[in-house]
Amino acid sequence: MLTMVLPLTEAGEEANPLLPHTAEIIFGFVFLVLLAIAFAKVVVPKFEKAYADRTAAIEGGMNEAKQAQAEAKAALEKYNAQLAEARQEAARIREDAREQGAQIMAEMREKAVVEADRIVAHARTQIDAERAQAVASLRSEVGTMATTLAGRIVGESLEDEARQRRTVERFLADLEASESARQAVGTDG
Amino acid sequence: MIAGVPTEFTPPGPESFDTLPIIDGVDWFTKPVLVAALSVVVIVWFFWGASRKAAVVPSKLQFAGELGYNFVRNSIARDAIGSAEYMKYVPYLTGLFFFILLNNVAATVPLIQFPTFSHVGWAYVAAIMSWVIYNAVGIRKHGAWGYFKHQTMPAGVPAWLMPLMIPIEFISNILVRPVSLSLRLFANMFAGHILLLVFVLGGEYMVFEAGSIGLAGVGVVTFLMGIAIAGLELFVQCIQAYIFVVLTAQYIGSAIAEDH
Repeated sequence: MLTMVLPLTEAGEEANPLLPHTAEIIFGFVFLVLLAIAFAKVVVPKFEKAYADRTAAIEGGMNEAKQAQAEAKAALEKYNAQLAEARQEAARIREDAREQGAQIMAEMREKAVVEADRIVAHARTQIDAERAQAVASLRSEVGTMATTLAGRIVGESLEDEARQRRTVERFLADLEASESARQAVGTDG
Repeated sequence: MIAGVPTEFTPPGPESFDTLPIIDGVDWFTKPVLVAALSVVVIVWFFWGASRKAAVVPSKLQFAGELGYNFVRNSIARDAIGSAEYMKYVPYLTGLFFFILLNNVAATVPLIQFPTFSHVGWAYVAAIMSWVIYNAVGIRKHGAWGYFKHQTMPAGVPAWLMPLMIPIEFISNILVRPVSLSLRLFANMFAGHILLLVFVLGGEYMVFEAGSIGLAGVGVVTFLMGIAIAGLELFVQCIQAYIFVVLTAQYIGSAIAEDH
């Protein structure tokens, strides 16, 4: 510290602190101009560019986020629409299935009815045929019997009246028996 | 310097600020010139390093540089000049602020311990540059006559007061500003340094040369006071750099302001 406190002892003149040194004015000017140029040319542009980049990065990030949000919203809407469509589709398919089921059931019922009718008709024709057959066979049998009876009547006409009467009664009894047998066959058929 | 042999105490005075050439024969190369040159080197080196690779995500150095740069850019330049035109003046204001700050704080840095601005020439040149700048931008904006009216005829003052107002405003806005600007900075640095010298040299004298135990005790206390005052001075040194640049920015702002 002492070095800078050393007074200039020359001639004992009073130092006036308000009088500037010319060299210091020149250096002061040069240094301040140098600093201003250094800041104007290098520091300020670099920092300002960094600030601008920062602002851009923040704004860009915000825009990106906004865009992503919009995309997500669009996707959600799309999925919702698809879901609704799928629901409608499912409902439609269920409806179709129900209709188809009902149709199939109706068809089946119809078929069953037709089949039943066919079976009934078949049975009826069979019965009719059997009946016709029975009637035919009965008729031929009755003919045979009548012929037989007539032969017998003729053969025994000469014998007494009582005998004649017995023969007729026996014939009638036979006839009745065959009639009841035919009846039994008819109810079976 | 031998204890017990009383000698006359020479109080520090203006001659304490006389600096010898560092190299014999090179008269202009004195301590303040060296310190000022070093401060320019340090400022340029620091801000060049901090801004060289300025990126969106700052490095620690860049962050520190931005802190200092933003302080002048936003808190001083933008607030005083307005966000429309302040960027033009940021380079000068930033350079000016850190130049004054480093040279003031140099008075507290060990081994330097000399405030550059206690040599009034530095304060003059800084004030004159600020004066030229704010008048030049004012004239460029309003024209010479318009600027004269702008600075000397405040709106809303009745016409009969004008003969009084114009000289007052002219003296205060055009003539006195560079003087007050430079003298405020110079006087603070000058007085602060003298104050420190009084306490430190006085303490030293009383301890080593006054030849009295009692005075030696007082001298120790004085010396400790000197250290406290050095702390106060550090504060004053920063404040003065701030004031100088804030006022410069305000002068620029008022010179280019629309008529008030």
